[in-house]
Amino acid sequence: MLHSSRRDFLAATAAAAAGFTPLAADAAKIVKGVFANGDRPLVAFPQKRPLMVLTPRPPQLETPFEIFDDGVLTPNDAFFVRWHLAGIPTTVDAAKHRIKVGGLVDHPLSLSLADLKKYEAVEVLAVNQCSGNSRGFFTPRVPGGEWQNGAMGNARWKGARLQDILAKAGVGAGAKQVQFHGLEGPVFPETPAFRKSLDVGMATSNPDIIVAYEMNGAPMPLLNGYPVRLIVPGWFATYWVKMLSEITVLDHVDDNFWMKTAYRIPATPNASVAPTDKGYATVPINKMVVRSFITNLKDGATLKAGNHIVRGIAFDGGSGIHAVQLSTDGGTTWTSTPLEADYGPYSFRRWHAYIALQSGTQLTLACRAQANDGSMQVVTPIWNPSGYQRSSIETYKVSVA
Amino acid sequence: MTISKTVAALTAVAALTALAAFAATPSKKMPANSSGVVSISLPGDLGFAFKPGPGSNLANSLCLSCHSEAYVATQPPFNKAAWTAEIVKMRNVYGAKISDDQVAPLADYLTSNYGTP
Repeated sequence: MLHSSRRDFLAATAAAAAGFTPLAADAAKIVKGVFANGDRPLVAFPQKRPLMVLTPRPPQLETPFEIFDDGVLTPNDAFFVRWHLAGIPTTVDAAKHRIKVGGLVDHPLSLSLADLKKYEAVEVLAVNQCSGNSRGFFTPRVPGGEWQNGAMGNARWKGARLQDILAKAGVGAGAKQVQFHGLEGPVFPETPAFRKSLDVGMATSNPDIIVAYEMNGAPMPLLNGYPVRLIVPGWFATYWVKMLSEITVLDHVDDNFWMKTAYRIPATPNASVAPTDKGYATVPINKMVVRSFITNLKDGATLKAGNHIVRGIAFDGGSGIHAVQLSTDGGTTWTSTPLEADYGPYSFRRWHAYIALQSGTQLTLACRAQANDGSMQVVTPIWNPSGYQRSSIETYKVSVA
Repeated sequence: MTISKTVAALTAVAALTALAAFAATPSKKMPANSSGVVSISLPGDLGFAFKPGPGSNLANSLCLSCHSEAYVATQPPFNKAAWTAEIVKMRNVYGAKISDDQVAPLADYLTSNYGTP
């Protein structure tokens, strides 16, 4: 029974997308769009299986959603890719790579990978989700990377604790934030360098923030930040700086473009405003919001009558998943589903449920998750001009043959 | 141990061969010892190109320096005001070399070819 829906889920046509030349289109399949201008060719970039191409330069590659049904971890070669600037090093010598730790510290450091591995190694399973994941579903639409729901992934990250590195360097009195910078560079010198900052209290006290050199037991793909990447479990991916090369302790709140102007959300309930609203206060985007998805069928699927298993995932900003409920009547009534193995509060949490479908019916499935901090998904989608942190309840229309 | 791992260029001509090659070399085959050189070749623009027509020369000379045409083609079909805002953002925020007298004709081209009136 599930096989039919899975085939449907995997369906991709070879139709050409607008602006895509016939030669390249022949070489790639197309995942059909679910919003305007949403068709995406499937192309394998280096160290990657075929992924949905939003833009080849700089690379923005989305994970086809059915991959999230394969297991709790997202394979490295299937993990989404997002770079801001076209100046990406395509050759990285890990032996020569250094992370400079400086700014307001007692002992500036220059850490090689060998140095990094002398710190106690820790592992964490954590979801890495783009701030703009699901941006293409915003209504009205907003500019940016037009993702469906696959700009996220869950991996086992291994590395050294940021707090241990900062303790070794010795954070000076009066420190306010810790700034991170990687090897990603711009085309023009006028383009603001990509730098992200965390409050010094968080950076020095959260033992789960790590400088990672392994992803799912292997070096990470270059496009995911080889050789080292900052891991900020529970927080949006904008802080997970790739090819990390500089850690700078600041005596002020970072006022660079990527903190002061970009990646900010309205300081309103659920970061939501009306499209006509102006002049509201904003804050830097931070912790992720609770979400859940069905992974083994898609909206618009046709299933055969009979018993089916519905599988899915849920995650939040680090408190962990308390419960996931499934509705088969579009959200009128809800039934709790069994949660599967717990891999920690930052990981995908898998869940499943069994449903019986009667021939000739149509129904709307919906799933909603509640996190351990009490937060719960709601029906009404949020809106903000940057298309950040969509998190409303997902619905899936199903026809029963 | 230094291990050099060079992945072949994904050119449009060699795309099919290259796709197969990449699919056959997943990251798990990379060395567990990360003191290695990793070198990749990015595939360029994969054949994404601005639609021909009046103003396409502006798009080709001003937009492609930093991103492929796909960044434009995947946007929602914006009206001229929204495209103008994007052009101004590219110039004022990211340093694109767009002069004042180029903004309107570029917005016209994007609206005609990638937008709604």
